[in-house]
Parts: sequence; C-alpha cells; structure tokens
Amino acid sequence: MRVTVRLFARLRDITGAGELTREAPAGASVGTVWSSLVSEFPELSAYERSISCAVNADYSRFTAAVADGDEVAFLPPVSGG
Amino acid sequence: MTPATAITTAPLDVAALTRAVVEATPSSALPGVGAVATFIGLVRDNNLGRRVLHLEYEAYEPLARRGLDLIVEEAREHWPEVRMMIHHRIGRMEIGEASVAIVAASPHRADAFAATRYAIERIKQIVPIWKHEYFEGGDVWIEGATADPDNADAREKAMRIACA
Repeated sequence: MRVTVRLFARLRDITGAGELTREAPAGASVGTVWSSLVSEFPELSAYERSISCAVNADYSRFTAAVADGDEVAFLPPVSGG
Repeated sequence: MTPATAITTAPLDVAALTRAVVEATPSSALPGVGAVATFIGLVRDNNLGRRVLHLEYEAYEPLARRGLDLIVEEAREHWPEVRMMIHHRIGRMEIGEASVAIVAASPHRADAFAATRYAIERIKQIVPIWKHEYFEGGDVWIEGATADPDNADAREKAMRIACA
C-alpha cells in the first residue's frame, strides 16, 4: 500500500521535502512508517522520543494501523503562540 | 462571519476579532457580558540572548485548526459562560507583529482572564505550529512541547497556570 508522509519544521529540512509518498507493507503501523523513514534519513532518529504523529490530520499513536492512501504526519515539538 | 478559530497568513485584526466575539454572543446573553479579555502574542526582538530579525511560522493547518477548536471546547467545558475566539497567523512576521490573538468575553473578568491564559498555554502544548527563528548570525527551528492532546498532566498544568 501507499501512504503520504507529511513532515514539518526541522523534519522537513532533514528530509528535504514536506510531503513524500512511500510504500508500506500490509499491516503497517505509524511506527513502521517512521522506522523506515529513519533508515532512509538517519538524522531523524534524534526525534524518536519527542515527535507526535497524526493520521489523516487527527492525532494518532505509533501503534495505530495505517491504511492504503492514508496521510501520516510526523510532528516535531510544537512552538506556536 | 468571523470563524471562532482560524489559521491565517493575513495580519490579525484584534479589534475586528473583539467585535466578532461580542456579535457572536446570543442577544439573550449579551446584557450579561461584563468583561472582554484579549491576549495578543507579538514577535519579540530577542530570544535566549539572540537578536531576532524575524520569524516564519509554519502549521499543519487542518490539525492546527482542530487543535484551536479543541482548546475553545475545553475552555467552554471549564468556563461555560465564556465565549472565545482564537486566530493564529502563519508565514513571515516582523518584530512587533501579532502572531496570535485570543479574545474571551464573559460575565466577570476573572473567567475572561483565566480562559485566555489557559488558551495560550494550551496552544503552546498541543497546536502543530512551529516558529522558525531568524536571528543575527543564523536561524533555528524552535521546539517546545511534544504535542499530545490526551496528556492530562499537560492540561492540568495549563489550568493551574490559568487559575493561579
């Protein structure tokens, strides 16, 4: 299946793109998508403990399953206001 | 009609937002409004000893909008008589420009003050917006809190600060 990965702020700088399309195996979780992204961009591993994730623009968990066509977003610590 | 929450690239119009909060108040409740509190966040010229030149804000817009909606809901849950609107600007902003405006109307000042304080604390905790700081000598992404709307401790902390 294919998922759209959205990346923001410093994560976007590291990968060089705010939006990527990636293949994910059947039964993949948000965590699976993140792990394969870290193998591709090792610098992302610094964010392992501090990122949040969202699926289809709703906060989610790394254990959540993803489906074909989902938009999976990884969010570094926020700094609005 | 002015939406209660917005993520916008346009300069914030605090006076218009204040009027909108009052106009959105049902006429039956309007005579009971005795206080309007506003909080306006501005781009400051310094941060951690750096001379800041300008900021660029980025958002995950659909989720940021939901985050603001959630904060308005949380405030209503705790202060049922408070009517609140929150607009957050994104994009490039110069020193002194407003990045966020929160307006709360209520029968009494204590709730209006507390609700606006709560809202800005929650924005810093859970709304997916990021500051890219351009300072004299470089630039850096500011990273604050790991966003988790379900984190009850964070929510309680915001409430404690608001009601201190």
